Amino acid sequence: MTPKVEIPPATVMPPLPNKSKGESSSVKKVLLQFAPFFGLLSVFILFVILCPPAFYSFYNFKTIITQTVIVGIAAMGMTMIIISGGIDLSVGSQIALGTVVIATILNMGGPGVEASTGITILAALGAIAACAVCGWLIGLTTSRLNIVPFIVTLGVMQIARGVAKWIGKEQTVSTPVNNLQKLMLLDPEPEWLIFAPGVWITILLVALTAVVLKYTVFGRYIFAIGSNEKTARLCGINVSLTRMAIYTFSALFTGVASVMQYSNLTVGDPTAAAGMELDIIAAVVIGGGSLSGGEGSAMGSIIGALIMAVLRNGCNMLGVPNFVQEVIIGVIIIGAVAIDRLKHHIKA
Amino acid sequence: MPDTLLKLTNIIKTFGPVKALGGVQLEVAQGEIHALIGENGAGKSTLMKILSGAEKPDSGEIMFDGKPYHPQNPAEGRLSGIAMIYQELNLAPHLTIEENITLGIEKSKLGFAKSQKTLVQEALRILGQPDLDPSTPVNTLSIAKQQLVEIARALVLDTKLVILDEPTSSLTAADTQALFEVIARLKAKGIAVIYISHFLEEVQQICDRFTVLRDGQTVGTGSMAGTSIQQLIEQMVGRSLEDMYPHIPHTLGEPVLEVQALQGKSALPRSASFTLHRGEILGISGLVGAGRTEMIRCLFGLDKVANGKVTIMGRKDLQAHYLRPEKALDSGLDLLSENRKEEGLAVNLPIFTNITLSALKRVSRFGWLNLAQEKQQADEWCTKMNVKCRDSRQEVGALSGGNQQKVSIARLLNHNSDIFFMDEPTRGIDVGSKAEIYRLIQTLASQGKSIVMISSYLPELLGICDTLAVMHRGELSAVKPISTWTDHDIMLYATSGVAV
Repeated sequence: MTPKVEIPPATVMPPLPNKSKGESSSVKKVLLQFAPFFGLLSVFILFVILCPPAFYSFYNFKTIITQTVIVGIAAMGMTMIIISGGIDLSVGSQIALGTVVIATILNMGGPGVEASTGITILAALGAIAACAVCGWLIGLTTSRLNIVPFIVTLGVMQIARGVAKWIGKEQTVSTPVNNLQKLMLLDPEPEWLIFAPGVWITILLVALTAVVLKYTVFGRYIFAIGSNEKTARLCGINVSLTRMAIYTFSALFTGVASVMQYSNLTVGDPTAAAGMELDIIAAVVIGGGSLSGGEGSAMGSIIGALIMAVLRNGCNMLGVPNFVQEVIIGVIIIGAVAIDRLKHHIKA
Repeated sequence: MPDTLLKLTNIIKTFGPVKALGGVQLEVAQGEIHALIGENGAGKSTLMKILSGAEKPDSGEIMFDGKPYHPQNPAEGRLSGIAMIYQELNLAPHLTIEENITLGIEKSKLGFAKSQKTLVQEALRILGQPDLDPSTPVNTLSIAKQQLVEIARALVLDTKLVILDEPTSSLTAADTQALFEVIARLKAKGIAVIYISHFLEEVQQICDRFTVLRDGQTVGTGSMAGTSIQQLIEQMVGRSLEDMYPHIPHTLGEPVLEVQALQGKSALPRSASFTLHRGEILGISGLVGAGRTEMIRCLFGLDKVANGKVTIMGRKDLQAHYLRPEKALDSGLDLLSENRKEEGLAVNLPIFTNITLSALKRVSRFGWLNLAQEKQQADEWCTKMNVKCRDSRQEVGALSGGNQQKVSIARLLNHNSDIFFMDEPTRGIDVGSKAEIYRLIQTLASQGKSIVMISSYLPELLGICDTLAVMHRGELSAVKPISTWTDHDIMLYATSGVAV
């Protein structure tokens, strides 16, 4: 081991006084940092004013939260992918594939009235594994064949959907009664859980993602690759290996989301979650994720998912037609990115 | 003295509490080539933004061509007769020369663009480029020629003042000379030029007068004749740099890196061989594109190697083919990229992340980061390297070029390899930071580190290296002690491959 480098303090230039850009702009910066949160708050307050009291009842609150679960969990995986500068368009198809895999495995236990705990767990793990394989294939193809993830995942979107239809013989697959179906109940069993088990799982996964992104070397590599892949390579990061790890790890989240989707549907449905990947990407983008990589957070993305759920729920209560909701959500996506631009402008 | 074309009096510009310009005076005569020099952060870019119309001064008076000049936006500035030519060129790469030159001033008939070929050809002729075909797409031209297209655009607009910002930073020596001829032609046409550059030799060669900015103020102006480079530097940094190139005693030890017949897959380098010793500063000179960068990138595993043998610290098992950056780092090599913004740094990540990225193992356990320890390490480097920042959580992109380079180097020091490849370590940074980096390289050598330094700036190689080799079209000359090389020998090998 060579001695540690000792550099005497520089003497050539006296240190300049700290340049601060002034109070007003630093306040602005803090405000913009929490922009997604304020967005959620203002959307919520808006509906509290407009909607009948039923909107801010505890029961409706539970409904909104439960409706966020699937998009929220999948958005955690997507957050990591988007921070690394990638994208995954195949998430919706993967979720459908997952539900079909669950149903198929549950039916293997024979035509019983209720599936055993063992086979239920196996079914959930099977769905997660199926998604993990998709993620691994995406990572492998993008890094080894050097094809942009947009194209690869566009392909996998078709492939996973096709495989789901093939396994499910192009129809929904009914299943025996099992415990997975209880994951998304508004009134959970046991009662003291208050929220559906899926909600608690979501909270755990959000915390997990936040911790992985901030406190692990893997998380740091995700940011580094997304911010500047060349720098990452220069710093000795094995970029293609890390890429594969990112897509595989993220697909585990998609797998869990597919379990929740199954719980909602109680059947395996190869046509489920069509177009959901766009909701998931929108959640990440509303939450401050940048499609050019290097930016995004778990908290931001879950807030993004909540904003969309509150909007849908509130609009439904007001009797706003579906097409208007779509217009509003579109405007919010663009607005979120505009705020993001503003944030960069102030930083620069 | 001819009539004054541009006169700036007491220009003040503040951004929040920061005074970017605190009373700038600048006077440019008609048809003169005026150098504007100063360290990074001295206020040159703010001043240029004001002149181009991108920013407005808080107070002060600007007279241009006998009239008060208050452009509301860059387009107005252009039409008033001031053309800015930035370091990063502003051309539409897929359009032709003619389309680029006439962009925004197209003449049309019934909505169809009318050819202005004669106008464009005339402009190119004035610039001494009558052979350039106006219908050539700009992206097929060299950087030097693209720059001429920008200058031609200024000519077409009947410009009276051209501002060139670091025009030679990406040009070869031959292209630089060609540009100087073009500038002389502009001068002959009565067009004034403000020439901004860090290369003081160039400034001295072509400028008539100079103005020095320091900390947002004009600290000196005068005629270039009779002013030495040393005097210019003293005005820029505000004190006498008695020794730009310090010498800290160090001795050469055993060989640490032996390269035999290294052949790159991209044809560069061609069978390069050299030996680097402990405590040695080896300079690599040569023309841009000779394969110097490719050679160290091959050694670091960033470029593919076709053939060759590399022995690091006496370990013969390291064949060059197997080199990957992660393995190179583990073997005690490290590389400072020539391209700070595109490769060297992740500019939208914080300073501390950039410093520790290559050595996260040291601040982590089983993959978990110790953020407090990481931040503390990075802060120490910021202090030692004199990085001027508010906080190491600040984005690297917000720092000046010199400070960004210090962060890049801090990463190398933090990783603590034994052999440093430094590719153009002082490119695009101010004189003060340069002097700090020279002193640092000497300090490293005195501590037994070995450095391979690539530079296109001969004085610095001659100033701080122990040994030197020159590359010509992928072929590396013999490594010889610095005292045995002369400017002439180096240029001869670099341009013709002939060793003396």
